[in-house]
Amino acid sequence: MIDKALSGDVRAIARLISEVESETPRSEEIMRAMYPHTGRAHIIGVTGSPGSGKSSLVSKMIGTLRRQGKTVGVIAVDPSSPFSGGAILADRIRMQEHSGDPGVYIRSMGSRGSLGGLSKTTYEGALILDACGKDVVIIETVGVGQSEIDIVRIADTVCLVLVPGMGDDMQIMKAGIMEIADLFVINKADREGADKVAAEVRLMIKMFHTGDGWIQPVKMTSAATGAGLDELHDTIEGHLKHVRSSEEGAERLKKRLQWEVEEIVRRRIAKITESAWRERREERVIEKLLNKETDPYRVAQEVLDSAMGDFRSGQLL
Amino acid sequence: MFDKTILEEVRKLKEGYDASVEKSLGKQPERRESFTTGGGIPLKRLYTPVDIDGVDYEKDLGLPGSFPYTRGVQETQYRGRFWTMRQYAGFATAEDSNRRYRMLLDQGTMGLSVAFDLPTQIGYDSDHHMAAGEVGKVGVAIDSMADMETLFDGIPLDKVSTSMTINAPSSVLLAMYIGVAEKQGISMDKLSGTIQNDILKEYIARGTYIFPPKPSMRLITNIFDFCSKNVPKWNTISISGYHIREAGSTAVQEVAFTLADGIAYVEAAIKAGLDPNVFGKRLSFFFNAHNDFIEEISKFRAARRLWARILKDRFGVTDPKALPLRFHTQTGGCTLTAQQPENNIARVTIQALADVLGGTQSLHTNSMDEALALPTEKSVRIALKTQQIIAHESGVCNTIDPMAGSYAIESLTNEIETQAMEYISKIDEMGGMMAAIEKGYVQKQIQDAAYDYQISIEENDRVVVGVNKFTVEEEAGSLQLLKVDESVGTNQAKKLKELRDSRDNIAVKNALDSIREAAKDESANLMPAILDAVRCYTTEGEICGVLREEFGEYKENIVL
Amino acid sequence: MSDRKIRVVVAKPGLDGHDRGAKVIARALRDAGMEVIYTGLRQTVDQIVDTAIQEDVDAIGISILSGAHHHYFKAIIEGLAARDASDVIVFGGGVIPESEIPDLVKMGAGAIFGPGTPTSTCVKWLEGAVAEKRKAE
Ligand code: B12
Ligand SMILES: Nc1nc2c(ncn2[C@@H]2O[C@H](COP(=O)(O)OP(=O)(O)OP(=O)(O)O)[C@@H](O)[C@H]2O)c(=O)[nH]1
Ligand SMILES: [Mg+2]
Repeated sequence: MIDKALSGDVRAIARLISEVESETPRSEEIMRAMYPHTGRAHIIGVTGSPGSGKSSLVSKMIGTLRRQGKTVGVIAVDPSSPFSGGAILADRIRMQEHSGDPGVYIRSMGSRGSLGGLSKTTYEGALILDACGKDVVIIETVGVGQSEIDIVRIADTVCLVLVPGMGDDMQIMKAGIMEIADLFVINKADREGADKVAAEVRLMIKMFHTGDGWIQPVKMTSAATGAGLDELHDTIEGHLKHVRSSEEGAERLKKRLQWEVEEIVRRRIAKITESAWRERREERVIEKLLNKETDPYRVAQEVLDSAMGDFRSGQLL
Repeated sequence: MFDKTILEEVRKLKEGYDASVEKSLGKQPERRESFTTGGGIPLKRLYTPVDIDGVDYEKDLGLPGSFPYTRGVQETQYRGRFWTMRQYAGFATAEDSNRRYRMLLDQGTMGLSVAFDLPTQIGYDSDHHMAAGEVGKVGVAIDSMADMETLFDGIPLDKVSTSMTINAPSSVLLAMYIGVAEKQGISMDKLSGTIQNDILKEYIARGTYIFPPKPSMRLITNIFDFCSKNVPKWNTISISGYHIREAGSTAVQEVAFTLADGIAYVEAAIKAGLDPNVFGKRLSFFFNAHNDFIEEISKFRAARRLWARILKDRFGVTDPKALPLRFHTQTGGCTLTAQQPENNIARVTIQALADVLGGTQSLHTNSMDEALALPTEKSVRIALKTQQIIAHESGVCNTIDPMAGSYAIESLTNEIETQAMEYISKIDEMGGMMAAIEKGYVQKQIQDAAYDYQISIEENDRVVVGVNKFTVEEEAGSLQLLKVDESVGTNQAKKLKELRDSRDNIAVKNALDSIREAAKDESANLMPAILDAVRCYTTEGEICGVLREEFGEYKENIVL
Repeated sequence: MSDRKIRVVVAKPGLDGHDRGAKVIARALRDAGMEVIYTGLRQTVDQIVDTAIQEDVDAIGISILSGAHHHYFKAIIEGLAARDASDVIVFGGGVIPESEIPDLVKMGAGAIFGPGTPTSTCVKWLEGAVAEKRKAE
């Protein structure tokens, strides 16, 4: 299946992503097999508040990329219900015109409890698409407004989508999103007030920008009419060049690699300690805690002690 | 509305009653802790004059035929003449539907109501690949004026009024109707009828949109303008709450969203330079009636009052002919069940009675096989007879607005008007209906209500006889169903090919070029060019195809 | 331990605009913990099949109330077969005459639910069908 996927077979790619998304025992093997083939694709993140037009914009971006003969993979993340764990994944609706194009692969993911705007395995999904030959991989985050910051770790280029008439634009920037954007997209420019937002953003950039390096461009688009899409495309390409050739870009890549390792370590620790805790979490322990015969710190230490064996034996997922 | 001392007495009486009921509730509780209307408006145990103390008779109720029209839009109402009994029908080919129309006219239908198939409603010819499997299935397939000639064969168009459920391609179908009339030797100023022509509710609830909002609104105002000059008796729009309700809304939302759509059309027309005192007379509405009898009656009265007030206060309309809200009603399709279908006859009767007591101008009663398939001739006949029984046997038509003055009805009328106005204000704040649709606000409200409704049935909070209570083992297929032959699609495609081979294709090409030119010029009226095109048998798909190229296509906005 | 969610496409093929039922079902499936890809109106057979494959779903739920069920169930089931994806469960509902259901089942539809069916019935059926399918894998 891995070979089939690497040669571009859609069903196989889809299956691999499911395996990794469900964190099945095979997922580590899959990711290892993918790894040597990654690093080619341009990973673009599209983030912004709910309804700002991210999906519509992605759909238009796909169109532009396809006209240039590039293949495109998309991962679109929508929030999962905190109650049922289920989700209605609706970003795809706006991209359906590309269903049927063999050069486009679109995959919807539920955030499955993650809060940073992506799901735990969105990055792995993107890596699989990269390894399986997509020239560009676009990730659409959950439209959560303020905390969609995970994207900055995994994308080469992060586009922050803003729209006129939201009133809270300035709020968003204060919340620190400013730093994560590589470029700003003022979408719905067919509506009144887009110029004003653009001017405000430009002012903010001036105020915040320190010294040298990449100056975040501000682009106006309309996903409804298609206006500004070509320019946006050029700007994104320009940013990739910058990333691939500058000190800043190299630094970013190093950081990402660091984060990847940390993330794998963190996940493994979590997995093993959680299962060690699950094993110990019997009535008796709880009772002891209730009766103050022991304390949570001591129990935690015991859990970690018993987990140590699993770490050493290299038990994976 | 009442004398102060009398009110005081009533209030005292009521207090006594409340105390006594409270006492006995311990021993004998009511069926449920609280009661609401079908749409969730809380209902009191008992309404008295105290509840309608604030009603000013002249300002809030008035007389039939005068502002604010709460008691009806005609002076003599059904004592003058009954509502138009109008059964929505159409299926398969123009020949088949023509036969059904003649049957209906023989049976005493007073106006026709044409159901088109989905390809026709969405601007595709029968041989388009998107039309596969759908030709003639849920309405009649019309590709060119040739089909329209067959559809109305033997039916003099100056003698009937025809309602056409057509929206995105309204101009084309209206043009074909005018063309057929011309062939019958009838000039367009003699024609009366209605086109639905309400695109906003297509985006919200019905789904047969083609073009984006801006060009769609232009097509609509073009029709307003053209008809006011050339087809003066034509109702150029039927602003529809029916579909909003069927998509799941509550009664209050039905009123609110429909009138908010109405506001958007009035604003668009004023912006296009038209006078609301003139086009206001040609606006008509279309509502639903579900089972909650008193809520429905109150709803119609509230809608009339609210619309008149909006036109007068917001748009400064002064012509009393432009103020009344005239409406068609259809009974509620999704209240009808696939289980024990005969029970639906009873539901339709209740709903139709509410429509009449609410003062409708025309009515479609659904058939008992509603949830199973398109209706058979027999079930349509029963549905029509239900109206005739109400008209001739029930006696409710012999005095005007007999429910007026009921403490419960007047209270609910007030409540529905107030709650609907709250929604309208919210939509205003969002920047009007178009903006609210783009935000997905309206769709979300409707879907939430639809889901709540479904859950309330599944949790047995709402009883549907034969579905979640009083169920019986049924033998499947006890009712004979109508089935549309699969050959309609191929036949229709064959007819199209013959047409394209035999018509004057140079004229067609020129006509399409003119349409394209008119489409490009935002100040032009598209109607004349479309009329020329249908006269030389340009097909609907060809016309809409050019407009699709010029205008683009709408993409639905889903918020789940 | 893996958390394998049930993924399902809820599809509205063709020109049918009746989406109340499809949306109700989509929400019910979500509330039962499934991931639902809702494609919106006017989908072609190719779009639906492609979506199912790219999204690696367990099932396609088709909602049709326009009478075009025969055409679309057939085309979608054949479309899946042509893409070597016959393991995807196909089921659905809407206004479909009782007498025509056996025909759809023969084509390969797993189950058809008509008006008045509690959503919980649909949910339970799908959970069962997916469990069975996964056992077979
Ligand atoms: C509501 C309704 C409408 C609304 C739709 C609003 C909307 N946004 O959905 C409005 C008023 C707009 C409408 C319009 C039309 N309608 Co209509 N409509 C109905 C009605 C009354 C109820 C359908 C409904 O929503 N029920 C409530 C929902 C919750 O139930 P449901 O969809 O049946 O879903 C349940 C099950 O079927 C099942 N299910 C459904 N889908 C799925 C999918 C999956 C995966 C699963 C597991 C289960 C499942 O589970 C659900 C829960 O129980 C039916 C008749 C009826 N009573 O069934 C006619 C009906 C479907 N409509 C009909 C027609 C003809 C039309 C029109 C085409 C008329 C015309 N010529 O213009 C138009 C055009 C619509 C269009 N664009 O396609 C016909 C279809 C005839 C046929 N198939 O042979 C019907 C049967 C009425 C009739 N007897 O004539 N309609
Ligand atoms: N006028 C206008 N409307 C747009 C534009 N882009 C998107 N929209 C509309 O905005 C709404 C939301 O668009 P989406 O693309 O779903 O937005 P999103 O950011 O992906 O939304 P979420 O994923 O739900 O956060 C839809 O109604 C679009 O049609 C634009 O450029 N102009
Ligand atoms: Mg989106």
